[in-house]
Parts: sequence; C-alpha cells; structure tokens
Amino acid sequence: MDTLASLSDGFLIALTWQNLLLALLGCFLGTVMGALPGLGPSNGVAILIPLAFTLGLGATPSLILLTSVYYGAMYGGRISSILLNIPGDEPAMMTCLDGYPMAQKGQAGEALSLSGIASFVGAFLATWGLVLLAPQLVKIALLFGPAEYFALFTLAFATLGGVSSTNQAKSAFAAMLGLGLAVIGVDTQTGVPRLTFGEVHLYDGLDFLVAIVGLFALSEVFIFLENRHGAADADSKKIKIGRLTPPWSMIKSCTPTMLRTSFLGFIAGVLPGAGASLGSFISYSMEKRLVDKKGTFGKGDPRGVAAPEAGNNAAAGGALVPMLALGVPGSGTTAVLLAVLMSLNITPGPLLFANNPDVVWGLIAALFIANFMLLALNIPMVGLFTRVLLVPPRILMPIVAMVSFVGIYGISGSSFDLLVMVAFGLAGWLLRKLDIPLVPIILGTLLGNTMENNLRRAVTISNGDYGTLIDSPLSITLWTIALVGFILPIFVGKIIKRRMRAEPTSD
Amino acid sequence: MTFKFVRTALTVAGLSVVASFASAEGYTPENPECIAPANPGGGWDFTCRQVGKSLQDLGLLDKTMQVVNLAGGGGGVAFAEVVNKRGDDNDLIVAASTATATRLAQGAYPGNSMDQVRWLATIGADYGVIAVSADSAIQTLPELLDQIKTDPTSISVAGGSAVGGWDHLKVLIAANAYGIDDVRSVKYIAFDGGGEAVTQLLAGSVQAFTGDISEAKGFVDSGDIRVIAVLSPDRLEGEFASFPTAKEQGIEAIGANWRGFYAPAGMSDDAYNAWVSKIADLYATPEWKDVMANNGLAPLDLQGDAFQAFVSDSVSKIQTISREIGIIK
Repeated sequence: MDTLASLSDGFLIALTWQNLLLALLGCFLGTVMGALPGLGPSNGVAILIPLAFTLGLGATPSLILLTSVYYGAMYGGRISSILLNIPGDEPAMMTCLDGYPMAQKGQAGEALSLSGIASFVGAFLATWGLVLLAPQLVKIALLFGPAEYFALFTLAFATLGGVSSTNQAKSAFAAMLGLGLAVIGVDTQTGVPRLTFGEVHLYDGLDFLVAIVGLFALSEVFIFLENRHGAADADSKKIKIGRLTPPWSMIKSCTPTMLRTSFLGFIAGVLPGAGASLGSFISYSMEKRLVDKKGTFGKGDPRGVAAPEAGNNAAAGGALVPMLALGVPGSGTTAVLLAVLMSLNITPGPLLFANNPDVVWGLIAALFIANFMLLALNIPMVGLFTRVLLVPPRILMPIVAMVSFVGIYGISGSSFDLLVMVAFGLAGWLLRKLDIPLVPIILGTLLGNTMENNLRRAVTISNGDYGTLIDSPLSITLWTIALVGFILPIFVGKIIKRRMRAEPTSD
Repeated sequence: MTFKFVRTALTVAGLSVVASFASAEGYTPENPECIAPANPGGGWDFTCRQVGKSLQDLGLLDKTMQVVNLAGGGGGVAFAEVVNKRGDDNDLIVAASTATATRLAQGAYPGNSMDQVRWLATIGADYGVIAVSADSAIQTLPELLDQIKTDPTSISVAGGSAVGGWDHLKVLIAANAYGIDDVRSVKYIAFDGGGEAVTQLLAGSVQAFTGDISEAKGFVDSGDIRVIAVLSPDRLEGEFASFPTAKEQGIEAIGANWRGFYAPAGMSDDAYNAWVSKIADLYATPEWKDVMANNGLAPLDLQGDAFQAFVSDSVSKIQTISREIGIIK
C-alpha cells in the first residue's frame, strides 16, 4: 500500500503541463531516433542532455524528458526492422526475422501495430515490476556471479539454432565468425591487445552499431545496386500495405507470447551483465522452441514479431532496476542516464529510494505516462510509416545509405568507423550471397566478449578449477536448460521432418 | 531533423545567456568544445559535461560548451585526433584522468607521448579505496595484505579497469608498500566498471574491491561494504572522514585518480592561460566545492606548469610499477 501511495505522489509530480509536454516531445524524438539506423537509445539520450541542461530543467523534468526518449527509442527501433529489414538499434535486430517477412506478405501495418502493442505490454509490465519489486529484484542480480553469467550466455548460444532454421551449419559458422570478431580489442583480463594490428581505433573492439548498420543496411544497398539493371525497379513488385490494425484473433493468439516474453525480457534487463539485446534474443528463441510447431517462425509469424518486441521493451524497464537500486547500469542507455543523475547531484544506489523518493516515483510515473503516450502516438502513425514501402527503391536506397553514413559518423565522429562499416557492408553482401544468416554474427560480436570475460573471471577466481562453473544450483539449472534447449530440437526436429515427409505421400 | 531541432534549441538557449556575462580574460573561446574520449556515461563524459555546465552557470563561459564523445582505444583515438588534426585549436579542451597517464606510460597510445599536448589543470581527485563486504572477517588493510602474502590464491580483488589499468595498479601499490615482492601473485579480476565490481563483492564472488570513492559511496552509506583503507595522504573531509588511510595503518601507499584536462600543443599562450584561469576560477567557487562533495571528489588543485610536472612525474612512476608486473618490457 505504501508503494501505491508513493506512486500516486509520483503522478502528482509528473502530471503538470510542462512535464506532459516534455514527455510528448521525448516520446516523439525517441521514436524518430530509434527508427533511424545508427541512432539508438543511448545516443538519443546523450544528444538531448544539453537540451535538458540549457532549458534549465530540474531533476525530475530532465529525467522525464530523457526516459521518454529512452522508451521512445525502444519503440522506434522496430519500425525500420519491419519495413526495411534494417534494425534501428541492437535489440530490434530480432524483430527483422519475422517483421520483414510480414511486411513482404503485405502485412506491414499489422506487424507495426502488433509490435507497438507488444512493446506496450512489455514496457507496461516491466514498469509494474519496477514499482513492486525493485528492492527485492536486486537480490536476483546478486545471485549472478561470473560462473552464472557464463552459463546464461551459453544458454543463449545453445538456443541459437532457433534463430535461423534453414541450415544449422551455416548459422553455427556465422556465430563463430561473430565470436571471432568479438575477440578484437584489448583483452581486459591481461591488458594485451588482440588482433588490433597496432590500430588504436580497434583497441576498444568493434562497435556493434557499426557492424549492424554495415551488415544490414549497407549490404541491402549493395544488393540493390547489383540488381538495378534487372527488373528490380521496373516491376517494383507492388508491396501491398494491407490493413493497419491487427485482427483481434491475432492479438489474442499473441497474448500468451507477450506475457511470457515480458517476464523473460524483464529478468534479462535486471541482470547488469545481460541487457536488452539478450532479452529480445532469448525471448525470440525460447518462444520459437515453445510454440513454433509448424515452423512458421522466420517466415512472418506474428508471434515472432510480438516476442522480441515485448522482450526488449520489458528489458528496458528491467534495466532501470539495477541502475536505480544499485547504481549499476544494465545497458548503455542506463549508463548515460546514470551520468545524468550524477550531474544533477543525485547519487543512485541502495539509498536512492529513501533519499530522493520524489525523483524515483516521479520518474516511474513518467514511465507509465510515456508508455501510454507512445501507444497513442504509434498506432495512428502506422499508416504514415507504411508509406515508406511505397517509396521506390531507387529513391529509398540512397536515403538509407545517407542515413547510415551520417548516423555512424554522428556517434563516433571518426572516419575509421565509416571504413569499418563499408567493410561490414561488403561482408554482408557476400554472406547474403552465400545464404549465411547475419543475426548470429551480430549476436556473437555482441555477447562473445562478455561471455569470454565471465568464463575467465570465474576460472581465475577458482584458481583454474573449471568445476566452479557448475558449483551453484542456479548455474546447474541454467546448464540444464541450455542442454535441453540444444539437444531436444535435434530429436524433435527429426520426428517433425519424418512426419512432414510422410504427409505428402499419404495424400 | 532531430539534429536540426537540437541545434536550434541550443542556439536559442545560447543567445539568451550571451548578454549576461562577459569574460574578463584576454581570450574568449568562440566555440568552446570539450572532447570526452569515451562513450556517454563514463567519468570523462561526466568531467566534460559537469565542467561545461558549471562554467556556463557561473558565467565563466558565455556559450554552451559542446561536448563531443570521441570514444576508442581507451582515449587513444581522441589523443591521436588532437595531436594530428586539431593541433592548433584554441577552443578545444579534452577530459583526462589518471587512466590517460597510465596508458601514455604503458605506450598504449601507439606513437603518442605526454609531451604532444599541453596539460591544463585538474578539477579534483578521486582517492582510491580498498573495501571488503560488510560481513567479511577482514577489518584492516594489513589483515587483507597479510592474507594475500600467506596465500595469494585465497583473495580475489575485483576492480573496474582492465589488467594493468589504474584500479589494478592501486592495489599493487599497496601490496608493494606492504612488502609483497612478487606483485604478480595478487589475484585481480577485471570487471566492466566499478559498479559491476562492487556488485560482485556483494554477491560474494570476490573478497575485496579496489576502486574510487565515488563508486563505493552509495554502498558504504547503505552499510553493505566496509572501506578498510583510503589511499590518500591524510584523512578526507566531511562524511568520508571515518575511512582510515593506508598511511595510518603503516602502509605508505597513495593512489589518486586525478581528473582534469589537456589541450592541443599548438594552442596559443593567450588561449592556454585563459582556459587555465577559467578552470582555476571554477575550482575556487563554492558551487564547485558542492559538486566535488556530492561526487566524492577530493581536493587536488594543480594548474599550468605545476600540473604538467605532476603528470610527468606520475607517468614515470606508473612506468616503474608496470615494468614490475610485466605489462611493459
């Protein structure tokens, strides 16, 4: 009850005209930034910090503006994933897998609306989780030592087969490639640079955003260039827009998916070492394991759109738990928000809820408001977004190339990153020709480093004894799930294939 | 579109402040810019943004200082950029800290050395702390180091920097001062930032934590961890006064993570002096003292030549200890 009273105090703080306008502004800017490839939530928030400072906003209004941008960007990332097959930011990558095929089938409007609703459900449930459980949830984060993190990441990779169903060997190859790329940079456990060739730009490793934009966006442009003389433009296979709102039956069939993945995503967000990308990834692959009986995931299954979107938005809410309650950022964006808090003279940490209740509850109330605003803002705009599909590729592709270059240069201000992006673009073009899935590459790059570090931390702490990896009930559980997730589909897959083979003959 | 909006907003905000104060210095930066050589959210980013905000709030700068995040190579990308391309920019300052000096000392910025830029001034220092979990049996620094000496494998020390980084070096400085000759035997576990390292201390994965006061503060207040030594010459002021120094426990170890700025080597003397005095003026204000107190920054007031000499001294000290642990040959 205490919590609800504090929450209503929070609403009193958040519900002023100024704050509502700031939330609206933040939601809108966030959605736009999230949709642009390259500009993700962390850059979006960072760009707007000077605005908050120069407007002379107090602590709570600043946070309202910036968290609205954060939630907005998490919503916006899906738009370009669905329409263009180019993820707007890292966690939106999984939305490409089913969102783009849906758009190709003429269900772009439905995919956008459904993913908007899934985003809302994920974020809404996560915010409630934040309200009710923040202090207790911290204890979950404390259960995870290096060994448990390693088991969690192994679990993510063990279910990788779920991501790209066509050819397991190719997706394993792609994951290995990604893991190899993750090795680049200074090794934190020894201080030795690896595969940097003395190039100082590579000391911090590869930037995931550069890799994503190169692999997805630029390779798309290259493919277009290659096909330009063919029929690509002339026939412009008239993508239908279709209906804008999903039928009730679709929403209903996705509801259990949304609830399950909100929970998974939220937990992934709460763990400081995991984050939204892992949240949306695990959500997608677990859901595929669980409900994809007919093998429709990856071919435009609405549940494949709902799962990662609910998952990554829930993770965004979950990531606020360790930030507020421990002062430990669970993601890049929360690291930026943490810096903002510090420069507003607020020390996040175990005592934040006691010392600055107005800030915390004002912020949480603002999250609720932003969430409803985003839903209200996004559903009517679906019609507008889908017009993008009507733009002929010969106009769209140069814009994609332009936005990619400007976006990447905007993050780092370094021309080296542009070269890396072009290299990734060429690699992406080649890999697409070879029909090698791109998503496992990014996942390898994204998660490989943390996974390796946690393995080595665990083993260093135990003085070289690998037994430490299966030393706690939690890690044993995670290993078991990983093993089951890896082995089961091999047998089940055989049975399904046998049945599928049996069916045509019986006809 | 977004960029344009922000720029317009900044211009409007900028114009409204222009009239208020005029700087008394001989040189006034036209487009003050601060490079934070890391992604948003870290210490360097904080240094740029907080100083930029305070300079403007106090009327020491009449324009908004633009903060540019130029991440890469642990600050090496920004360093190379300043040396190679922005060598004579009068409006540019770059955030730096002990981490910058550490990497320069270890040759981690290939082809660059500390003489290629001008060192401006400090804005304070984070003294290193060594902490254990509140329920640990270890009460003092000598107890911890004694246990490391007798059985190095029994104690894992967690910190937020990579091996060879400043958090690692701090604990080695203490170990060295206590008479542990083979500092390589000290088991150090590198995490992604001090926050993650403290979390692992609370989780019980590691036995000790080395980091900055600002990283430990929240957990000391809540009673979760116990600081067994602060690596400062004297006890700190205010709420930190209860932390015992390493020195009073008989261990001559001092580890200060200073925060400050450097500027391009070709910056004119006028501009250099103007920036130095601006930062010195800022440092002297009570408002800045508040910022320092809130962020656990201890006094460290060095400008111009004195700062230059200080950096040079700390580079050579770090080189000595890095050689001992085998980071450099």
